[in-house]
Amino acid sequence: MTRATTENPEAMKTNGRRNNDYSDRAKAERRLGWILAGPAFIIMLAVTLYPIIQAFFDSLYAFRLTAPDERQFIFFQNYVTILSDPVWWRDLLVTLLITVVTVAVELVLGFALALVMHRALKAVRGWLRTAILVPYGIITVVSAYAWFYAFDISSGYVNSWFNWVPGIDQDLNWFAQASTALPVIMASEIWKTTPFISLLLLAGLAQVPDELTEAAKVDGATWWEQMRKVIIPNMKAAIMVAVLFRALDAFRIFDNVFIMTNGQYGTEVLSLLAYRTSISRLEIGLGSAVSVLLFACVLLISFIAIKIFKVDLAGSTGGKR
Amino acid sequence: MKSSGREKLVWTLISIAVLIYALFPVASILATSFKSPGDLTNGKFLPSPGLATLSNYEQILVGDAQELFLSALRNSIGISLIATFIAVVLATLCAYAIARLDFPGKKVILTTALAVSIFPVISIVTPLFNLWRNIGLYDTWLGLIIPYLSLTLPISIWTLAAFFRQIPWELEQAAQVDGATTWQAFRKAIVPLAAPGVFTTAIIAFFIAWNDFVYGISLTSTEAARPVPAALAFFTGASQFESPTGAISAAAIIVTIPVVLLVLLFQRQIVSGLTQGAVKG
Repeated sequence: MTRATTENPEAMKTNGRRNNDYSDRAKAERRLGWILAGPAFIIMLAVTLYPIIQAFFDSLYAFRLTAPDERQFIFFQNYVTILSDPVWWRDLLVTLLITVVTVAVELVLGFALALVMHRALKAVRGWLRTAILVPYGIITVVSAYAWFYAFDISSGYVNSWFNWVPGIDQDLNWFAQASTALPVIMASEIWKTTPFISLLLLAGLAQVPDELTEAAKVDGATWWEQMRKVIIPNMKAAIMVAVLFRALDAFRIFDNVFIMTNGQYGTEVLSLLAYRTSISRLEIGLGSAVSVLLFACVLLISFIAIKIFKVDLAGSTGGKR
Repeated sequence: MKSSGREKLVWTLISIAVLIYALFPVASILATSFKSPGDLTNGKFLPSPGLATLSNYEQILVGDAQELFLSALRNSIGISLIATFIAVVLATLCAYAIARLDFPGKKVILTTALAVSIFPVISIVTPLFNLWRNIGLYDTWLGLIIPYLSLTLPISIWTLAAFFRQIPWELEQAAQVDGATTWQAFRKAIVPLAAPGVFTTAIIAFFIAWNDFVYGISLTSTEAARPVPAALAFFTGASQFESPTGAISAAAIIVTIPVVLLVLLFQRQIVSGLTQGAVKG
């Protein structure tokens, strides 16, 4: 996301320099800029910054909606309660597991899909893109139900299709233990979000100069060598952006888990913990603390990612326009 | 590479594999939606021969689950369209300023949009839940439209800013030189170029609003505002002893139809919108 922002101000500066003689005009332009952009900016802040500050404030109180009069300031006691509870650590682990596995699978699968779309004959390209956009556009809850009903012990058909696989038979209840429920949850998540990652990678592929691949081919590089030495290094930026976005998205997973297991049998994720604490149990204080911690995790992931990627982004910009 | 017969065969196989990947879960829930209650446990992909039925669709469209489903559908359509409309109007103004005008703070706006788009939705829900109950926005359309803007605005700004940067704005000056007024120049030269980008952005924003589940289940409690994804999760069977599987599947298919239609009609635009907003930026 960084490239265009750095590109653009430069283009604007040359534009602005021309106007420097008319400083009134520049002032008017500034004012107009904020008049046009201001409402969107303010609304974005109002719907996120305000709630997170409020959540932090609430998280310092012992506060249940069922007993609003017993509200009491307790400093960081809620955080202590959560962080000393094994449930938080288990949910964090489940969330991280889902994030790592889904992003890794999606990266490989998405890359394969991107290559297919990139190389596809014109006649099929449109159809492939249309097909791939169906999972992208479909409601996550619908995807969750589709996968749930396929595996479900009573209404599913997976058990009878795959009863020749050791461990799978008519009585296997996929959603009664984490070891079988999590793979189905991840499958639904992967199916639904791989198209997005593959479109990002497709855009990255399109930016790799054809001459480079041609030159490698002339030099006798195998397909795998072309991939590893030419194509992948040249689309590093696109891969980083795709991974970061998907990782942050996967870390917030909620819908699939809610529909398939509702977090039972050790499949609970952090978003679900926050939901269960504040919306179901009405423990606003504790729930707010979970929300703030979850937000802190997302910040931490982005911070680490940006720290690591910055080096790479700077290193890989050479081959780019 | 010249053996085009073999190449065609390979591409046909690859295309079929991609089609199966993309459409199998949809086909699966479509098949389930035609199963009668007694046939649900047949252990097969398709309904048993002769037992395929439309009763699930009848149940949610004209039967006893009608009230539940149709009100949710109305809420989903209304809330998503309004949230999309507001986001696209505000984002158009904002992106125009970013692409076209020189003013300090542009980078701050784009960074804020980025930060908002990675914000965990669930972290916003708790304080909103509490606040909405106090000021009477709980379980109302407005109570969902406002938080939906946190989902639709950032991506709209990014996508539109990327689109608008590619517009040759000199056309506007050229038109003015030719004697058009500022407004005429804008309307005749720029609007036709900008409209496709705005439209594409609207589709993407609509998908996102249409998909919401967390706000939907947390900030509503009745048919007054509950959107379809949330309603599906709270669906119960026609009677206490009947599983809602068939009805949920039928409802899932109905809310997937608009998605498939939009994708079929506008796949090219959606792809370019998604990739420009995310990678160009």
